[in-house]
Amino acid sequence: MSILQSLVKKEMLHIFRDRRTVTITLVMPLVLLLLFGFAISTEVNDVRVVAVVERHTDGSRAIIERLRANPYITFQGLTAPGDVDYLLRSGQTDAALFLREEGGRQSAQIMVDAANTTVAQASTAYLRSIIAGPGTVSPVLTNTLYNPQLNSAYNFVPGIMGMIFILICAIMTSVSIVSEKETGTMDLLLVSPVRPRAVILGKLIPYFLLSCVILAVMLTIAYTVLGLPVSSSIADVILLSLVYIVLSLSVGLLVSAIASTRLTALIVSAVVFMLPVIMLSGMIFPIDNMPEVLQWLSCVIPARWYTAAMRKLMIQELGLEYVVEELVILLSMTGVILLVALKKFNTRK
Amino acid sequence: MKLKILMALLRKEVILMRRNPIIPKIIFVMPLMVMLVIPLVANLDVKNVEVTVVDNDRTPLSRRIIADMEASDFLRVRDICSTHDRAMITVEKGDADVVLTIPDDFMKEVASHTSRIDVEANGVNATKGMLGSQYVAQSVMHTVSRWMEENGVRMSGEDISVINRYNPTLDFRNYMIPALMVVLLIIICGFLPALNLVGEKETGTIEAMNVTPVSRLIFVLSKLIPFWIIGIIVVTVGITVGWAVYGLVPQGNILTIYLATILFSFVMSGFGVAIANRSSTMLQSIFVMFAFIMIFQLMSGLFTPIGSMPRWAQYLTYAIPPRYFIEIMRSVYLKGTLLGELFPQFLALLGFAAAFFSVAALTYRKQS
Amino acid sequence: MENRDNAISVAGLTKRFGSFTAVDHITFDVGRGEIFGFLGANGAGKTTAMRMLCGLSVPTSGTGRVAGYDIISQPEEVKRHIGYMSQKFSLYGELTVKENLRLFSSIYGMSAARFREVSQRLVKDLEMTGMENTLVKDIPVGWKQKLAFVSATMHSPEVVFLDEPTGGVDPVTRRKFWELIYKASSEGMTVFVTTHYLDEAEYCNRVSIMVDGKISALDSPSALKEKYHASTMDEVFRTVAKDAVRTE
Repeated sequence: MSILQSLVKKEMLHIFRDRRTVTITLVMPLVLLLLFGFAISTEVNDVRVVAVVERHTDGSRAIIERLRANPYITFQGLTAPGDVDYLLRSGQTDAALFLREEGGRQSAQIMVDAANTTVAQASTAYLRSIIAGPGTVSPVLTNTLYNPQLNSAYNFVPGIMGMIFILICAIMTSVSIVSEKETGTMDLLLVSPVRPRAVILGKLIPYFLLSCVILAVMLTIAYTVLGLPVSSSIADVILLSLVYIVLSLSVGLLVSAIASTRLTALIVSAVVFMLPVIMLSGMIFPIDNMPEVLQWLSCVIPARWYTAAMRKLMIQELGLEYVVEELVILLSMTGVILLVALKKFNTRK
Repeated sequence: MKLKILMALLRKEVILMRRNPIIPKIIFVMPLMVMLVIPLVANLDVKNVEVTVVDNDRTPLSRRIIADMEASDFLRVRDICSTHDRAMITVEKGDADVVLTIPDDFMKEVASHTSRIDVEANGVNATKGMLGSQYVAQSVMHTVSRWMEENGVRMSGEDISVINRYNPTLDFRNYMIPALMVVLLIIICGFLPALNLVGEKETGTIEAMNVTPVSRLIFVLSKLIPFWIIGIIVVTVGITVGWAVYGLVPQGNILTIYLATILFSFVMSGFGVAIANRSSTMLQSIFVMFAFIMIFQLMSGLFTPIGSMPRWAQYLTYAIPPRYFIEIMRSVYLKGTLLGELFPQFLALLGFAAAFFSVAALTYRKQS
Repeated sequence: MENRDNAISVAGLTKRFGSFTAVDHITFDVGRGEIFGFLGANGAGKTTAMRMLCGLSVPTSGTGRVAGYDIISQPEEVKRHIGYMSQKFSLYGELTVKENLRLFSSIYGMSAARFREVSQRLVKDLEMTGMENTLVKDIPVGWKQKLAFVSATMHSPEVVFLDEPTGGVDPVTRRKFWELIYKASSEGMTVFVTTHYLDEAEYCNRVSIMVDGKISALDSPSALKEKYHASTMDEVFRTVAKDAVRTE
């Protein structure tokens, strides 16, 4: 145990001596979480609209009045029919509304820049309901559960945490181990009477502690600044995150067992992991929209399970019993990766 | 003389790149991965909305509402529950996105507008919640108004038609593909040269160069030119894949695309060198690059619309170079926008290129 | 004082890092064709001094000329006329022997024809025939050092700076290495060499000993031995450096 302690101490000294890297490691997740928590949203809330009116009527005036009043719409004014094409093509407006009156009946045409289909569909839906007006009684009443303001920051926080952990933990551990391999100090430790297991633990524990600090910082921000609902499940959130941190560290260990130079380790963890994690974890893009094959592929990405479970715990405020499946998967992934990594390490000697 | 030195250094870079175990793979595999996989994944369209129905009415109308939803491309009826509580469990488990409750006597009271159908959407995924409930509402409205018409009740309503410009089939891929090349260029022209430069710093070979008469401009150029060329090749591959696999052809001038590519490569490489100059270890540079890549990818409007960000974040995106490249690519590809109409975007890229190059040149030191 | 014939002349050269004075007002001259040994314990300031002479580091104060050029105002001119072999091996490991040599020959503006001629001769001199196409990272340390020396001198610079060129090299290779140095010197190159090995100091025409950033002794090995009543350079060094404060 005292050997392990001294190894951990050595590693800690090593980490904290490099002030700049420590600062970056601690500040970066914070900045990313704040930036993305606030800024990333897929909700369409600012549609720029111009209108072309052939002849003003009470009906058209009422519609334009409603356009001006709607918080999701920025009404840019009336324009000539000939200008619409240029405005749409140069991206100065998102949609044009043509209002006509034929035989006493109001007719409307929505011309929307459909390059971004999501925005186009949402804009069309807004415009339809604005044209229809509040006077029409709808037989349908809609409301939203869990996230009544439809605040999509909520949705992204678990995803961002999932991404930050796997990248930071994987990069930190793999680089630190591979650099010891490169300088030869790893051999020094491995030929010493210290067991390989202690060497590896001595590497993992300090990074685990560092990750816990990052976790604490991120949760504090999520619950205070980003205003996620504080519920009784915080303990569950922490438990799940700890499992995930261990998993991420194991991934780093595996990378370092395979890579022989720091450059390779870095490229593998930063480039090869980054895209799949962003794309396939369900963080931004819903998994059930993907083709079957990729849905299967996404199952091997730990961030997918972490994100899904964290959404249940943090946003739906459900209990741990609802995330048993995810927890079991994460635990078994940790076991498998750790085993493979340790095996790789032993054969290396 | 200078040219000869540059050629010798370029030759060295090409040999080193070829012998690197991982860089050639990145150059060939990454574009294919990005261009083939991301368009399949990066889809924000809301499809497959799972609906759980609580039918308290059990009339021909309520059955027709359910049947019509089932027939829709976007909606899937997951379950029909007897009580609202049971329906909520399907939402909590994540099996259903929307709960639709049809009240008692809905059919009887529908004409008098006294009875209303409840649509409750799971707001955990905000977009899916909003669009999903709208789809369900639209589907229900459609069924109800048809039913009323058939029964002789005319609903007041307007005649609304929609024209979807530039992407009439509403295919989200057409929107993603042109912009995806930005991911490739960020990594190839920004990330890799920075790593390469810091790598030479760490092995000490950069010092061997610093005691030679090789000027810093030539040395840095020898690092960047290969990546610029690769960037252009990768974009060409991307355009070809877009055409061959997805049938997407730029509506506008292809030379505009290449001009933007070259300018953006300059921007990213200047940025990469500046970061490499400021960092002493590879770990540092990678962390910093990594943070910026994340910011560039997520704040540039690549995946989520800039219009959806809060006002302050929208202003921030003006400082993010990929934003302009993405705007150019999407406009030229889908809308056939002309070079002249994109003047502000090109000017911005040019400005960034000049700024980053000045920083890169000022921070590169042969002497300490 | 300033002698145009000197390959290196330095006056009051100083380098401070914050409050730490790494090199403290050193003054000396090195004649053309001379082999000048630069001795000192670890941390005495040898490498810092050498980096200033090569234009890698800007002096805090003092002046210096190398190969006739001012190290402060004309560092790029200096670089054109010197060769430098760093303490840390710094050829490209992933390039072959020949590719490394060709790279450095082009940097110093040698023509292709001259490169062919010189490289053939060098490969034979170094007994490296058959190794031209081996990756540099795969050749033994001794050869690596010789190769680094050759790439620093193949363009026949006026002055060549060698920073602990024989570190980690076996005695036989060390001897061969010094033969290379003598050959370079006989061809008219001035050799400025730092070393740990005090027996190597005997091979130099003149030797300076640096203690705590200052030059404490400077003369030919025989004169130094006489002055300090010592039989070997080792004893001289121990006498001169016994009061050193800075040790590593």
